[in-house]
Amino acid sequence: MATQHSRSAAQFMMMPAVVLLLGWMLVPLVMTLYFSFKKYLPLRGGDLGWVGFENYARFLSSSTFWPSVQSTLIIVGGVLVITIVFGVLLALLLDQPMWGQGVVRILVIAPFFVMPTVSALVWKNMFMDPVNGLLAHLWKFFGAQPVEWLSNYSLFSIILIVSWQWLPFATLILLTAIQSLDSEQLEAAEMDGAPPLSRFGYIILPHLSRAITIVLLIQTIFLLSIFAEIFVTTQGSFGTRTLTYLIYQRVLESQNVGLGSAGGVYAIILANIVAIFLMRIVGKNLDA
Amino acid sequence: MARAVTKQRKTINTIAAWAVGLLIFFPILWTILTSFKTEAQAISDPPVFLFFDWTLENYGVVQERSDYMRFLWNSVIIAGGSTLLGIIVAVPAAWSMAFVPSKRTKDILLWMLSTKMLPAVGVLYPIYLIFISLGLLDTRIGLVVVMMLINLPIIVWMLYTYFREIPGEILEAARMDGASLKNEILYVLTPMAVPGIASTILLNFILAWNEAFWTLNLTAAKAAPLTAFIASYSSPEGLFYAKLSAASTMAIAPILILGWFSQKQLVRGLTFGAVK
Repeated sequence: MATQHSRSAAQFMMMPAVVLLLGWMLVPLVMTLYFSFKKYLPLRGGDLGWVGFENYARFLSSSTFWPSVQSTLIIVGGVLVITIVFGVLLALLLDQPMWGQGVVRILVIAPFFVMPTVSALVWKNMFMDPVNGLLAHLWKFFGAQPVEWLSNYSLFSIILIVSWQWLPFATLILLTAIQSLDSEQLEAAEMDGAPPLSRFGYIILPHLSRAITIVLLIQTIFLLSIFAEIFVTTQGSFGTRTLTYLIYQRVLESQNVGLGSAGGVYAIILANIVAIFLMRIVGKNLDA
Repeated sequence: MARAVTKQRKTINTIAAWAVGLLIFFPILWTILTSFKTEAQAISDPPVFLFFDWTLENYGVVQERSDYMRFLWNSVIIAGGSTLLGIIVAVPAAWSMAFVPSKRTKDILLWMLSTKMLPAVGVLYPIYLIFISLGLLDTRIGLVVVMMLINLPIIVWMLYTYFREIPGEILEAARMDGASLKNEILYVLTPMAVPGIASTILLNFILAWNEAFWTLNLTAAKAAPLTAFIASYSSPEGLFYAKLSAASTMAIAPILILGWFSQKQLVRGLTFGAVK
């Protein structure tokens, strides 16, 4: 159906989007690469010349690098485990027949629509504050000593806040996937006397595996770059300096652009490794 | 076919689901409740839940002290402007990819998606530098452009998945009946595309409203939207829980309401059509 004429028209229609995204990707990327090979301190002498791979080596060997990788992995891993385990359970629960299903769904999904700075501040002040926070009141009610959440259990607190934001996302996608499961298959298994646990293990979980993989990959990409939650709670102290936050501090706070750019290149490589897997799944889906 | 369940089982499901739902929703509920308390009641020990003197005072104070409406307006302009601009750029692109696909369509779509995965912090300084040299730092127009660019891949993808569901046969039928290209677009395609475009606008408005990396790093006093305004409460002086709650409630209420309408589109939009 497509003629030569409509093909060239189609390409013309695609141009603005392609050109904009190409510019948005290439210009900053080239600049980051350029800075990463320079000693560049805007506030202390400016451009001090080429230094080869020195920034890359210094970024890796600095005492802050490995702890930041560790915090990043703990936060991303912790949130993934919590959101996927509870997401599956919650999706199973919400799929059951009940009264007021629509309202419960709304309640569960709501945290996803709360802007990150609001959820971080509400948790930090109204729940985790060791004097006036609601959790402190709860601890005192049971006769326990209130906990200094964000200083003594900083990583756990950040994981809790971020999990609260992302659990709805995981639940919603897994619920959508469960609802696409053929219920006759489940009924047949039930009639054949398969107990609930094996119905879950042999029918539901395999059916969900693709959705779980997608949740895993998409969340990983977003979680690797969480920023506001740390910015308004701990500012990277108490062991919560993630790779993203470390690079931000190098670039904007200490204005060591060369070093920060080298870190940025590492972050881009890391995100791309995850992205390749996601793209494969999405790409396969396009063919279908 | 609905599975037959006993009434008892349904009751247990209902109680369990409502308990979990309320627990998850509780921080939002608590914020809304606190916004109607006085500062003294907001930190009273033991905490009060419903039996306090309800007041609207905090909402007035937030507006008075910090000119809340200005930040709200910035949020509306940035989220709305970037979404509309994105739609204008994306509709023709998604349209041509859905109706005149070529061998490269899939590669282009995947490449667009890959730009969404570029970690923002990796390009923070270049964007910062470009913003300074173009005088865009702390301007709404600068943020509109950045927000449009970071959401453009999602907009193109969502529109593409919606457009692809419009059957091509219907166009042929219209053509056979002698419809001109103009009439074809105006009376056949547009009505079928409108729901998809509306959902795309809705989801991207939400995403742009809540975006908090670029808004925190590229704005100061003038163009700051609500995300950045709320962040300024992180180092407050004196009693502030009730005011923080009032400011937060106003910032999230419109999006909570819009979000409830967009549950389905959320799944499609954020999984790039891989889960529907």
